[in-house]
Amino acid sequence: MSDQFQGIAPMVYQSKINVPYSWWAGDTATRFFVALRDEKKITATKCGTCGKVFLPPRKACPLCFTANVEWVNVSDEGTVLTFSVARRQLAAIPHDRKIPVIWGLIKLDGADTAILHYLDEVKPEDVIIGMRVKAVFSETRKGTIRDISHFKPVK
Amino acid sequence: MAKRVAIVGTGQTFHKSHRPDVNGQELINEAVVKALADANLKMKDIDAIVIGNMDHFEGINYVDCWSVDGSGGTMKPIIKLTTGGTTGCTVAIGGYHLVGSGMFDKVLVIGWEKNSESDTTGAITTAFDPVWDRQVFAGAISGLAAEAQAYIARYGATDRDGARVSVRDRKHAMNNPYAQLRKEVTLEEVLASPMLADPIHLLDVCPRSDGACAVIMASEDTAEKICPKPDWIWATAARHTYSYLGDADFGRLTSMKEGSQELWKKAGIKEPRKEVDVIELYQPYSFGGLIWIEDMGIVGPGEAPRYIWDGNTDMGGELPINPSGGVIATNPIGATGLIRCAEAAMQVMGKAEGRQVPDVNFAFSSGFGGCFWTDMILHGKKKPK
Repeated sequence: MSDQFQGIAPMVYQSKINVPYSWWAGDTATRFFVALRDEKKITATKCGTCGKVFLPPRKACPLCFTANVEWVNVSDEGTVLTFSVARRQLAAIPHDRKIPVIWGLIKLDGADTAILHYLDEVKPEDVIIGMRVKAVFSETRKGTIRDISHFKPVK
Repeated sequence: MAKRVAIVGTGQTFHKSHRPDVNGQELINEAVVKALADANLKMKDIDAIVIGNMDHFEGINYVDCWSVDGSGGTMKPIIKLTTGGTTGCTVAIGGYHLVGSGMFDKVLVIGWEKNSESDTTGAITTAFDPVWDRQVFAGAISGLAAEAQAYIARYGATDRDGARVSVRDRKHAMNNPYAQLRKEVTLEEVLASPMLADPIHLLDVCPRSDGACAVIMASEDTAEKICPKPDWIWATAARHTYSYLGDADFGRLTSMKEGSQELWKKAGIKEPRKEVDVIELYQPYSFGGLIWIEDMGIVGPGEAPRYIWDGNTDMGGELPINPSGGVIATNPIGATGLIRCAEAAMQVMGKAEGRQVPDVNFAFSSGFGGCFWTDMILHGKKKPK
C-alpha cells in the first residue's frame, strides 16, 4: 500500500435489508392446507399421464408437463428415506423446537415423493432409514405445513 | 453468429395486479404451456432454458432451480439471467446467444414476476451502492423524475407532452386482452391525477403486475419447419452505463443512444424512422416515451413532443409505438422486457390480432433498467443475410 493511505482505517457501514414479503400459496396448495387444517387429511395430486402422486401437490406434472386434475388422499403413515440431526440451537430453528432436532424426508404411503418434516418422540440414536413413522397433528391448526406437529415412530 | 436465430412461438399470462390463485411456478407454467402450443412443440423438444426475474422481488434466490415445475426445466440445462429492469430483454438476448452459438437448437426463454409479493422500492433499493447512493436514496421513481426534469429544462417540454404519451399507451391497451390496465384516460385526467414525483403523475407511470412471458427460439436449421413465418432476430445490443447515480447524463439516455446506434449499424438501417414499422418500448413512465425515441434517432433532440402530438406514434400513424399498451398498462418487471420482445415478434409474425400493425418488416423491442440501462432487439420478417 502506498504512503498516502498510512493511518487510514477503512470505515464499515452496518445496515439491514428490510423487504417484507407475502407469498400467495395458490389454489393448489391452499386446497391441501384447508384439508389438513379442517379434516386432518393429507392430500396429493396425481398425474393423469404417468400416474405419479406428488406431495407437496403440484398443479402440473413437471415431467409430463400436463395439468394434474386428480386429487388423492395419502396415508398419515410412511417411511423415513433419510434424516439429519441438529445439535446446535441455530437461529433458523423455530423457538418451539429444542435440540437435538431431527429432520426427516418422509415418503407417505400412497405418495411418490417425500416431504420434509420433523421427527420427534424418538432419540436421534434410535432413528434408522426405513423406519415407519406416523403424523402427529397440531392441536391448533392454522393452515400451514406445521399443522402436522411432527412424525413419530409407529409402535 | 454461427446460426441465424428466429422466434417461433410466444406465450403470456393475462396480467393482473394480484394472482393469489397461483404460486410463481404455476404462473410461469401458464406462459410456457401457451408458448409451446403457439409453436406446436412439446417440452421434450426444448434443448435449454433461460429464465429471469428481479432479484429480491419474491425473495427466492435460485429461481432457475426452484422454478423447474413451471418451466419444464427438470433434467434440462437451465440458467438464470437477471439484470434488473432489463432482465426480460437480457434473457431474450441470452437465448439468442445460446441458439446462435449452434450449441442448442431450440431454447425456451422465460421472464416472470409476482410483484404483488414484495415491496418494490425496498427490493429496488438493493440495486444501489450501499456506501454511497443507498444512504441518501429516494426510491425507485426519483431517478425517473430527475431524468424528466432535466429533459424539460433542456428542451422546454411540458407535463402535457408527457401526459400525451400516457394517453396513447392507455388507449392502445384497449386492444390488448392481456394488458392489466385497460381504461382510456384523457389528458386532463393524467394531469389531475396525484403527483408522485414532479413532473410524474400517477397516470404517467406503470403499475405493478403479476405475470409471465415465454418465448421459444430456434436456429435456422429448424425455425421455418416449426413456424412458416418466424420472427428473425436481426441484431441485439446492450449497454449498462454506471455505478453511481451521478454518473448518468440526466435528460438523455446514453445507453439507448449507443445501443441503438450499434443496432442500426449491425442491421444496415440508415433511417430508423422510415425503416422500422413498430416499436415496443420498455417505457415505464410517459416522459421516457419522449426522451428515448430521440436517443434512438427516430427524431432529433427536443423533437419528440411535436412528433407524438401529430399522431405519428398512434395506431395508424407513421411509426406506432406500444400497440400492446406497453409498460404503462402492464409491468411484471422480470417479464416486462420479454413481453416487449414477444409483442414485437407477434407483430412480425402477423399474430398480434386486434393490435396488429399492417405489413411489419422491422420491429424494435427494448428493456430498460432504473440504473439507466438499456437492452434492445431488432426483429425482422426476412431472414438476415
